[in-house]
Amino acid sequence: MREGLRAENYLADEGIAGVVFLADRLGKPVLVEGPAGTGKTQLAKSVAEMLGARLIRLQCYEGLDESKALYEWNYKKQLLRIQADKSSDSWSDVHDDIFSDEFLLTRPLLEAITADDPVVLLIDEVDRVEVETEALLLEILSEYQVSIPELGTITAKQIPLVFLTSNNTRELSEALKRRCLFLHVDYPELEREKQIVMTRVPDVTENMADQIARIVRSLRQLDLKKAPSVSETIDWARTLVLLGVQNIDAQQAKETLHVLLKYQTDIAKAAKELSAEAKK
Amino acid sequence: MIDLLAGFVVELRNAGIPVSLTENLDAMEAIQHIPIEDRDAFKYALGATMVKNNSHWRAFETVFEVYFSLRGPEYKLVDGDESELDAMWREMQEQQQGQGEGKGAGGGGMEALTPEEMMNLLMKALMKGDQGMMRALAKQSVQRFAGMEPGRPVGGTYYLYRTLRNLDLEGMLEKLMEASRQEVGGELTPLEERLEKDEYDSRIDQFKKEIEAEIRRRLVADRGAEAMAKTLRKPLPEDVEFMHASRDEMQNLKKSLYPLTRKLAARLARKRRHGRKGPLDFRNTVRHSLSYGGVPADPKFKYPRPAKPELMVIADISGSVAAFARFTLMLVYAIQGQFSKVRSFVFIDGLDEVTEYFKGVEDISEAIHRVNTEADVVWVDGHSDYGHAFEVFWDKYGKDVGPKTTVLLLGDARNNYHASQAWVVKNISQKARHVYWLNPEPRSYWNTGDSIVGDYGTHTDGVYECRNLRQLEAFVEKLA
Ligand SMILES: Nc1ncnc2c1ncn2[C@@H]1O[C@H](COP(=O)(O)OP(=O)(O)O)[C@@H](O)[C@H]1O
Ligand SMILES: [Mg+2]
Repeated sequence: MREGLRAENYLADEGIAGVVFLADRLGKPVLVEGPAGTGKTQLAKSVAEMLGARLIRLQCYEGLDESKALYEWNYKKQLLRIQADKSSDSWSDVHDDIFSDEFLLTRPLLEAITADDPVVLLIDEVDRVEVETEALLLEILSEYQVSIPELGTITAKQIPLVFLTSNNTRELSEALKRRCLFLHVDYPELEREKQIVMTRVPDVTENMADQIARIVRSLRQLDLKKAPSVSETIDWARTLVLLGVQNIDAQQAKETLHVLLKYQTDIAKAAKELSAEAKK
Repeated sequence: MIDLLAGFVVELRNAGIPVSLTENLDAMEAIQHIPIEDRDAFKYALGATMVKNNSHWRAFETVFEVYFSLRGPEYKLVDGDESELDAMWREMQEQQQGQGEGKGAGGGGMEALTPEEMMNLLMKALMKGDQGMMRALAKQSVQRFAGMEPGRPVGGTYYLYRTLRNLDLEGMLEKLMEASRQEVGGELTPLEERLEKDEYDSRIDQFKKEIEAEIRRRLVADRGAEAMAKTLRKPLPEDVEFMHASRDEMQNLKKSLYPLTRKLAARLARKRRHGRKGPLDFRNTVRHSLSYGGVPADPKFKYPRPAKPELMVIADISGSVAAFARFTLMLVYAIQGQFSKVRSFVFIDGLDEVTEYFKGVEDISEAIHRVNTEADVVWVDGHSDYGHAFEVFWDKYGKDVGPKTTVLLLGDARNNYHASQAWVVKNISQKARHVYWLNPEPRSYWNTGDSIVGDYGTHTDGVYECRNLRQLEAFVEKLA
């Protein structure tokens, strides 16, 4: 599993690889939780690539509802159909017709369930939806079927591999958590972060990647408002490569800190720490 | 196996981790897909199925270590892997031969090492980050220094302390740093110093963990998993008592506070946005209906906007309750958007307003730091004097308390037998909308010894026990 993901340029640790392996074996969804920018979304994408499966993504936001997540009738098309056939067909024919597949707008959840080909379903940032929508998700992840009043019940032909991600801005329901395997993804260990930099930033030297990972680790130990994430590490590595830096000294680090840190107070604090004499 | 797992689940529940029946079944199924000798995979399988909250992971790991520490080839007790150790030792010996340091030569295994040789070996292992060697040395250190005896009723920390005292890892860090300096010919830049130190710190830390693990394994072998689990049982971060948290627990508490405040803030913001639909606003509906030809297609509701309360926090920050005050202030300021205004006052025997410290700062903990170092709260001797502090409050700020004000009083009300001046609380409560008292002590201690929380409490809308983060969060959520 780890090797497979590495081939897709995703560096997993033992925990990540283990849980993905189990999810595949047990046919259970994975709830991936952790700070922003630690590779949660990327994990689902990379797993899909590894399996040669199609990725279906449901991006969650506040206000997401059934019609955007599951399905919706195409009213416009239905109206046109009714208009066009005003004279000829009987109402019941029209009715049957306009509530058929042709007029159904399939949204990601339904699409994942009805797929014939192998798919990976990514429900991204699930902590942003309201409780009611969360209940809908839970229902689908438990039954893998959808009932559409006008069409009847549609049952999944296969159980797709499902990833839900959460930045943990709110507690998800116990029921949803019980249904899922739980995976907490944190900032990577030094060696893994170095490897990530090397795979994602092709022009970086190993020596540079090593220094970058070490400095980032050091910064994460400070009491910052927002610690640098993996994506920020990558951005920083790219910046340094562009600047042609071979060896990072305190001055260069300070001048580029804004790529790594988002808050002014954090930048000031980090700049101070990086050039301070080591504490005994 | 089934039995072992059942005991494991019982212990998880004892440790406060909720494991449902389905999760238990999931775990059973999961481990069928795992080669049993792969201890890490086994751990992640159990974790993913039974632990759904990251702040419970540490507790889970501890229980796991206890229950499964004697499984897996590389984790056997010393007797079992003598050969592995020997091989490693011989290898090191061969490498050293050239330098003619082999006092304990003759293949006698690690036992034969002199203390200096052992420290040299440790230094090399740490320099290279050699995991296998570090583990072997951790075992050897415990064997030599911990002085463990079967059946002796002392805890693991005692053995850990004895082992570490003999190893002088502080001194080792210095030596490692010196060696790094030598390597580059004398001087490291401050940045290099820092990074080098971080690296050695983390290796030494890892070495310490190996020592802890070794001690735990031996204790489990001696006493059995159940007994061990019981002695190691620790409260989850949200259940740790503010007043008795160790430094380590404090650290964890701080870590769990930030996600908690974020969640709380999000929850409250949502509460404000939704679920606030009032009765139908008839006039507004009709007005809008005009654009639909008089059909009230878009009903309008009255949104009752209750005035946000104004909050005044008055906190005892003397020794025993300081941590509690700190957490409460952090929580309150994290959700200050829920109040029209927040003012805060801190006291020991004198009282000072610290609202300014929180103005325009991004980082609440910075402000708290200033509160602890700069606020002028000592009047006579720096022992809590609620009575005097309240008097000062009333004189200076009593006029600012109004019908929109909610007042929070924080402390254990241990007044060192000073006069209570409870009339101040009575007066405040007559002017304010609400007055609450939050007490970090267990309810059963209230009004014992010099605690006079009852004298104050009768004048408030309620005294709440807030011993831990869980209780504090519940109170603050209700408040907003
Ligand atoms: N383990 C990893 N291996 C490879 N790239 C990673 C890894 N973790 C993070 N990244 C990179 O970091 C960036 C942020 O990841 P993303 O999945 O968007 O984070 P999240 O969804 O957790 O906020 C992406 O560009 C991704 O390629
Ligand atoms: Mg994401």
